[in-house]
Amino acid sequence: MTLKTMTLTAIVALSSAAATAEEVRVYNWSDYIDEELLTKFEAETGIKLIYDVFDSNEVLETKMLAGGSGYDVVVPSGTFLQRQIIAGAFQPLDMAKLSNSENMWDVIEKRTAQYDPDNAHSINYMWGTTGIGINTAKVAEALGDDAPVGSLSLVFDPANMEKLANCGVHFLDAPSEIIPAALAYIGEDPDSQDPDVIAKAEPVLSAIRPYVQKFHSSEYINALANGDICVAIGWSGDILQARDRAAEADNGVEIAYNAPSEGALMWFDQMAIPVDAPNPEAAHKFLNFIMDAGNMAAASNYVYYANGNKASQPMLEEDVIGDPAIYPDEATLQNLYTTRPYPVKVQRKVTRMWTKIKSGI
Amino acid sequence: MRRFFLIAPPFAWLLLLFLVPFVIVVKISLSDAALAIPPYVPKFSWAEGIGTYFSQLDFENFTFLTEDDLYWKAYLSSLKIATVSTILTLLVGYPMAYGMARASSEWRPTLMMLVILPFWTSFLIRVYAWMGILSNEGFLNQFLLWTGIIDTPLIILNTNTAVYIGIVYTYLPFMILPIYSALERLDGSLIEAAEDLGCSRLTAFWLVTIPLSKTGIIAGCFLVFIPTLGEFVIPSLLGGSNSLMIGKVLWEEFFSNRDWPVASAVAVILLLILIIPIVLFQRNQQKQQEAEQ
Repeated sequence: MTLKTMTLTAIVALSSAAATAEEVRVYNWSDYIDEELLTKFEAETGIKLIYDVFDSNEVLETKMLAGGSGYDVVVPSGTFLQRQIIAGAFQPLDMAKLSNSENMWDVIEKRTAQYDPDNAHSINYMWGTTGIGINTAKVAEALGDDAPVGSLSLVFDPANMEKLANCGVHFLDAPSEIIPAALAYIGEDPDSQDPDVIAKAEPVLSAIRPYVQKFHSSEYINALANGDICVAIGWSGDILQARDRAAEADNGVEIAYNAPSEGALMWFDQMAIPVDAPNPEAAHKFLNFIMDAGNMAAASNYVYYANGNKASQPMLEEDVIGDPAIYPDEATLQNLYTTRPYPVKVQRKVTRMWTKIKSGI
Repeated sequence: MRRFFLIAPPFAWLLLLFLVPFVIVVKISLSDAALAIPPYVPKFSWAEGIGTYFSQLDFENFTFLTEDDLYWKAYLSSLKIATVSTILTLLVGYPMAYGMARASSEWRPTLMMLVILPFWTSFLIRVYAWMGILSNEGFLNQFLLWTGIIDTPLIILNTNTAVYIGIVYTYLPFMILPIYSALERLDGSLIEAAEDLGCSRLTAFWLVTIPLSKTGIIAGCFLVFIPTLGEFVIPSLLGGSNSLMIGKVLWEEFFSNRDWPVASAVAVILLLILIIPIVLFQRNQQKQQEAEQ
């Protein structure tokens, strides 16, 4: 090759690299967006979107605390967000670049401000409840037609669980969600940070442990939809997605979701920009794109989770906005509780208790 | 001089990819957890000097591991799972290797190919395939229900049985290949001689074939045992919540507790446990080489 052609090749290579240099890397929960929105974002902004998924807050948090994750936008839940803000993992948002922020819903913003004061570091993506998904036919078969499907006693009363064990019960592998539920079941404060109160959840969970097939935070979607299991404690939208997958597959499986009457955990998934994001400029564009009322409505219509975007509500489909499992009515809303992050020492006790419950050691 | 240049690259490799990471892990295991980036203190800074830095380190995390039953039970349970799976893999792998070595020479490359073929697909996908086979509504149960052997589905997935199946399946080639290479070199006339001298086929197998393939058996067992001990993917995908393995405990320390120092201490001890079989393995390899010379 002559020198001239070599230089030319180098220039071509460099300029094509420059053309694709604008990238934004988003790390979101699995099964959590309408993928058409991703192509739409690329078409509108010309920024190449690299979209990656996770299924547990712990995985995300470890990446954030290790630093240098390379992501521009990540989506931690409220309590995790709060802790990561304290660790200095996120940069404050530049509101001037977020013209769509006026679309946000004050009811939700007021609640998320307890994790992120003034909502300075994050915007709400979706919110939902942690509740119980059931395979209606199989649960009726195991427990009869008057099975307590709307109550935590379905999963925390050993007598019920013993009968359900054969058709399969999955729990979220998330101590910060299951322990508050167990506390709510025995009438304690689900948001308690007192180790003595938290310890009361252990006998409740140990009693039903033999009947739980698996603790996992994403497998239950498919397992419910395929009819492999009949009960799962899981996130509202995931269970509704299982319901839809089963309906699409037309396999005779019918799934229902209930937020338990004893109270259900309300959680918020917040989009934030890591302090070392390679492209914060594009990250803001992505956040602004997500806050667009039409886009947010499309996302909610697809994933069956409620969002924190007031302006998107008129564009939501009736089976989303009209479903009390997604947008709870006033009475249920009163019944929802939120939790705060555990202090470090309590967290170790909680994890240790969780291991003990799961493995018996 | 020439000798130096010959051994320098492997030593540089060891230094860079083993010793340096190990020193970093040991260093973290002596620190304290903190809510920061990265999540431990003290951070090393040249300004403060190496002396002050080392004075801040302690062995707290190692003593912590002795205070809780969880850790030694997890080590023990991993050792048990690794031992049982190694024996199972040997029982399945040996006959396969034996069959391959006894096959006619035109068949051997094909058989060898069949053993290696699974490596062409991602390990993760093969484990997922096992999830599809073993689940309650999976192929295995549907087949058994269809044939009428069982009337309620067997619960295999999410139990230790599934973990054993996954490990034996995944590590089988590592057992077959060294045994095969030992058996292939075996001089057939030795067995003929044994039979001429009055051995039955079975005694000839016990007295001649097994001892002569010993090096292959030992190599295969270590190749299965060592990685199985720290296995994380197979127990977390196929196992239930009560299949306790040290790999999972390590994961929990890192991800759920965000306690990198304790996680590093767990890893350091795991390595110390592994050093024994690794040294034995090295010795075996060395002996074999010497025997060949």
